Parts: sequence; structure tokens; C-alpha cells
Amino acid sequence: MAAQIIPSNETSGARDARVIYFIDRALTSFDRDKQKLYVQGLQDLATSVRKQFPCRQWFSDLPSEQQIQILATMEHSEFFELVRLHTIMGFLANPNYGGNRDEVGWKAIGFENRMFFDPPFGYYDEEYRKKQDR
Amino acid sequence: MIHFAEKSTVDFVIVGGGGAGAIVAKELSENGFQVVVLEQGPYLHERDFEHDELKFKDIWEPPGIGQEALTNDHTLQPNTFRKSESEKAVIAPFVQYGKCIGGGTVHFTGNYWRFHEVDFQERSRWGEVGGAALADWPITYAELEPYYTKAEWDLGVSGLAGASPFDPPRSKPYPLPPLQVKSSGVLLERGARKLGWHPFPAPMAILSQPYKQRSACKYCGFCDQFGCEWGAKSSTLAAIIPAAEKTGRCEIRTSSYARKVSTDARGRVDGVIYLDARKREHFQRAKAVVVCCNGAETPRLLLMSKSRLFPQGLANSSGLVGKFFMVDLGSVCLGTFEHPLNEHKGVRVTRVVHDFYDSDPKRGFFGGGGIDARFEFYPISFALNGLPPGAPRWGAGFKKALTENFTRTVTILTHNTCLPVMSNSISLDPEVKDAWGLPALRVTYKFHPDDARTLKFLSERSMELLDAAGAVQKWALPIDDVTAAGHLLGTCRMGTCPQHSVVDKYNRSHDVPNLFIVDGSSFVTSGRNQPTCTIQALAYRAADHMIRAAKSGNI
Repeated sequence: MAAQIIPSNETSGARDARVIYFIDRALTSFDRDKQKLYVQGLQDLATSVRKQFPCRQWFSDLPSEQQIQILATMEHSEFFELVRLHTIMGFLANPNYGGNRDEVGWKAIGFENRMFFDPPFGYYDEEYRKKQDR
Repeated sequence: MIHFAEKSTVDFVIVGGGGAGAIVAKELSENGFQVVVLEQGPYLHERDFEHDELKFKDIWEPPGIGQEALTNDHTLQPNTFRKSESEKAVIAPFVQYGKCIGGGTVHFTGNYWRFHEVDFQERSRWGEVGGAALADWPITYAELEPYYTKAEWDLGVSGLAGASPFDPPRSKPYPLPPLQVKSSGVLLERGARKLGWHPFPAPMAILSQPYKQRSACKYCGFCDQFGCEWGAKSSTLAAIIPAAEKTGRCEIRTSSYARKVSTDARGRVDGVIYLDARKREHFQRAKAVVVCCNGAETPRLLLMSKSRLFPQGLANSSGLVGKFFMVDLGSVCLGTFEHPLNEHKGVRVTRVVHDFYDSDPKRGFFGGGGIDARFEFYPISFALNGLPPGAPRWGAGFKKALTENFTRTVTILTHNTCLPVMSNSISLDPEVKDAWGLPALRVTYKFHPDDARTLKFLSERSMELLDAAGAVQKWALPIDDVTAAGHLLGTCRMGTCPQHSVVDKYNRSHDVPNLFIVDGSSFVTSGRNQPTCTIQALAYRAADHMIRAAKSGNI
């Protein structure tokens, strides 16, 4: 699911960031109380996979298009919202939490985690400084 | 480090070691008085702060990330909320405030705007506003000016005096030059100039150069909602508390949650009853008490301090403790630009516009505000709340929007009037209790119709600004009813008449001569939603008065 929420393509996605490790840690620490929702949600997911695609057992057995098809039917559910939130967190939180491996999530969006920066910071202030120097 | 025995009677107990309380503590202790500061939160230091969004980002970014490391925790201290007095209030996380030594100044953005002269006299300048209790302050800008200057030079503020044609007169320039401009500031300046407005470098309580043995800002980007890891943000934690402790006369007592200001048979306060981390009760005796808990917790503490002599709560003969509650109102517009701005680097705000600060009868409503450009997000909160309307919420399209926009997005935020309305209030909830068994804070709030008009007006100006600056795409967030707020003001109004106000012009309670109330609660009007500078100027002024009164035996 996480790999469909933030897919890996030209840039890293949830899989490369090891979002699953983040989720495992979250569910045994600050989001301990969400375990039940995951257990129930994953059971429901398997049920709908078997109903819609009788020859498949698990969500992970499906090709990508069919995974997307299934997720689209449940994208407003509490379970999906939670997995989405955890995927985003696991992609973009400080790597200390187990996800965002090698800061791949940060790199994908262009965020740099540093203790200091020197100007120019962006395109427009660089242009502005050049004009002032002239 | 000094420790006073509870049995000893200290000169002053200060409840709340935040933006105001710390200043009062420093001024009093430097002038020879013994001071105990009771702070319900922890005493954190630079080493405790991190670039960790999950740990430090506040709770009210839906859907509730963050762990309330620096702010009040609604699981322990719930508050209830209702829009009008006829409704039953329900538990909802409405108020947000700093809960640690330094208070809100630890996590604030650092915007440091003085009030303008008109802010103290809006009632006489503009007349009555229907449905609001607009009143003049009992002091003028000129009376407060020396203390604004004192605050700026004591704390360390960066800015450019005279850069804004709307600035009030000042006796001294800023101690430090403006901080390094960012792309958001450049774009705001470009757009504003095109529209004939007058952008200027933002006055910020962040050091642009080393100052008083503190290091200058390193532009790491973690200001708003985070504690500064460099000590460069001029919080009272970094700039004031060390000086107070150095006197050897100021004790900082943390995890100390005040539940009652105690009074004696003569109707004078004689100390504060508080609970420690293990919920054991203590009583610290004092000759005078200064309440600095913010515009929500201060009235709550006073209302909890009922006694035989003060059946309506302490300092409340007027019945106005908790009334005229005002909050931070502002509109939010966002835009994306062709090239990267990299707004995650540097301080939050570098340019400001005050062209619409003052009220203008031609607009047909009361109110005004300032405009700044910034980036309100960190990576996670951006992914959750920063994408353009209609962007996919997951999948390849979501990722594309996320990766393309993070470095190119800017927020135009406005800071507006919030009118004082009698029925907007802080009171004690009759049923809900906090984790200590004390009555929960009950908020009653709905904005005045003119506040909604001001929000709409400034949102429209922000959209014009984005256009003029050359935004590729722009959108305005809807102007909804307020359901969460900081900048808590107005609930112990300052005034000359004891029937119509709670404290006098020196922040002394009309009812109790040795009780002072120094924080945003004494605000008569809101200014333009940047209260810290004025709260702190009032704190210096009130402390000055306390020192003179105490030395001449008048407390």
C-alpha cells in the first residue's frame, strides 16, 4: 500500500525509504493504539482482494493497476487515511524513526537537513543579491 | 542555584516563566528582590531542541502529529469550546500556548512588531463598533515607547528603523541590522512595489549578528514551532532567564502547576498554592504575586482562586475576568513559482507590508492588518497541507505535486485585528476536569462580523500580491470559523475604572493591591495579531512600576 501511496519512479518512493520499518516502529511506540485498526484493515483488504480477483490471495499478489483499483475503492476509509499518514511520515520524518532511509524522502522533495545555510537560499534572492551588487 | 524554603516569605512569586514572566523575574531580581518563578512546564535548553518534526511540530496541524514538546498538552489539560453562551461546550483542543520556561517565545516565529500609535486609541479615533467593546487603552504609545526600546535592546531584535513609512516614532534604532532576505521576501517586495505598497525588512527577535554573548542566526530553518538550537532566537529562555538566575535571587521552579492564588483576611494575596510533578500540594508564601500565565490560563487561575472575600474569583469585582477574549486571526493564501525558493532555509519572515494596518472607514468595516510572506511548512506538514487544491492525495500524481512544489511554494499570511467582544470568554467548565482534577478551561468564541470582513479583505490583497509577484498558481484557504488559536489576549482588561477593567495602567489589580497581572490578558484591543513585542514592553513597564512601588513601601 505504502508503495502505491508514494511510488518509486524516477525518484525514490516509500519502498526505498523503508517506510514499512517506520510503520512497524510507530505501531509499537507512539501509535501503539492503532494496531487494531491495522489488523482489521489488512484483513478487510485481503477480503476485498479475494472478492474482486478470485484467483489472488493477497494485495501484494496483484499487479500494480489492480492494486490501484482496489485502493481507489477504499481511499476514504479510516484505515487508508492512517496508512497514508504513516507513509508520508515514514517518507519525510527524521531518519531516526526508521524510515526516510539515507534521507531519500527529503532528497526527493528538495529538503536539506542542515544546521546552517549561507545565502543565497533560493533563485529569487540570488537574483536580487546580484542586482544589488551591480 | 538559589532555593527558597516554602516557609520563607519571598518578595514576589511569579506564576508563569514565559514571555512576560521571565522579564518581570529578571527586572525584580536584578533590583534586589527575591523571586520564585512557578512554571508548569519543563526547563529545556538548546541541547534539548532538534530538527525533528514528529517531536516538535505542534498538535494542531491536522490530523494531529507532534508530541506537544513545547506547548500545552490537551490530553492532560483538555479545554472545552463553544461558539456562543447558549451552547454546551464540548472538549476540543482550542487554545495553544507555550508550556516551558520561555513560554511561547521559545517556539515563536520571532515577528516583533511594535503597536502603532493608533492601536492604543482606536475607540476615540474610529468611534463605536456595533457588537464590540472597543475601548482606548489607559496608556499611549508615547508612554510605552521607552519600554519597547528597552525590550528590543535587552532581548536582541533585528530590523531597520525608518524603513516603513507607517512605523511609529522610536527613540533608538534596532540594536541589530535586518536578517538575510529570502526568496519569499524578495517576491513580496517585488509584488508589493508593483502595487504601490511599502514593503520593509521584517523586525525579528532573532539575532542577525552575535549579541551579548549569544550567537547569530545560522539560517537552519527551524524557527517557527521549534526551539532554537543556536540560542539565536531571542526567546526569554535564551535572552532573559540566564540574567535572572545570575542574580542569585531568582529561583525557577518547574513542573509547578498553580491552582490558587491565596489571600489573607485583609484581602491581600499571601502566596500561591501549586501542585508538583507528583501532584503533591505546596504553598509558597510571598509579599506580592505576579500572574503571567497568558490570556487563557491567567483568567482561569483567577477564577479558580475564589475565596470568602472574593466569591466571583480573584480580582474580579468587575465581573470582567475572562471576558473580551481575543485570538490570532489571519488569512492564508499560497502560491507556487517557476523557480525554487527553498523556503525551508533561513528565518521564517524577511519582508512585511503594513499598508493596510490601519482601519479605513472607506472599506465599510473596522479592522486592518499586516501581510508577510513565509513558508509555513516542514516536510511532513507540507505533504499533508501544502499542496494546491485538487492535487491527488496519493499515487504518482501526489508524489509529482509533492516533489515539484516543496521548494517552490510560498505562503502569504496576514495578521489581523480581532475585536473585543463581551461574550467571547474564558471561563471554568462546570463539568470537565484536567488530569489534576482542576476545572477545565472553557472557551466561548465566535469572531465579530467585521473580523470576518477584515480576513476576506486581506485575503484578497494577498491574492493580488501573489499575482503581482508572478505566481504560477495561487489559492486562498477558506475563511472558516476559528476552532483553534494562539496569541491569547484581552481577558483581564487594562483600564482606569475598576468597574470596567481588571488591572490599572501599571498592570496592578484594581481589587488587590499586591497582585499584578502581566501578560496578553491586559490587552484592551488586539493590535494586529503580533502581540509579543507589546506584551514584553508592558512587562518591562509593569516591573519598573513594581520596583518603584516596592522600594517606597507602596505594595
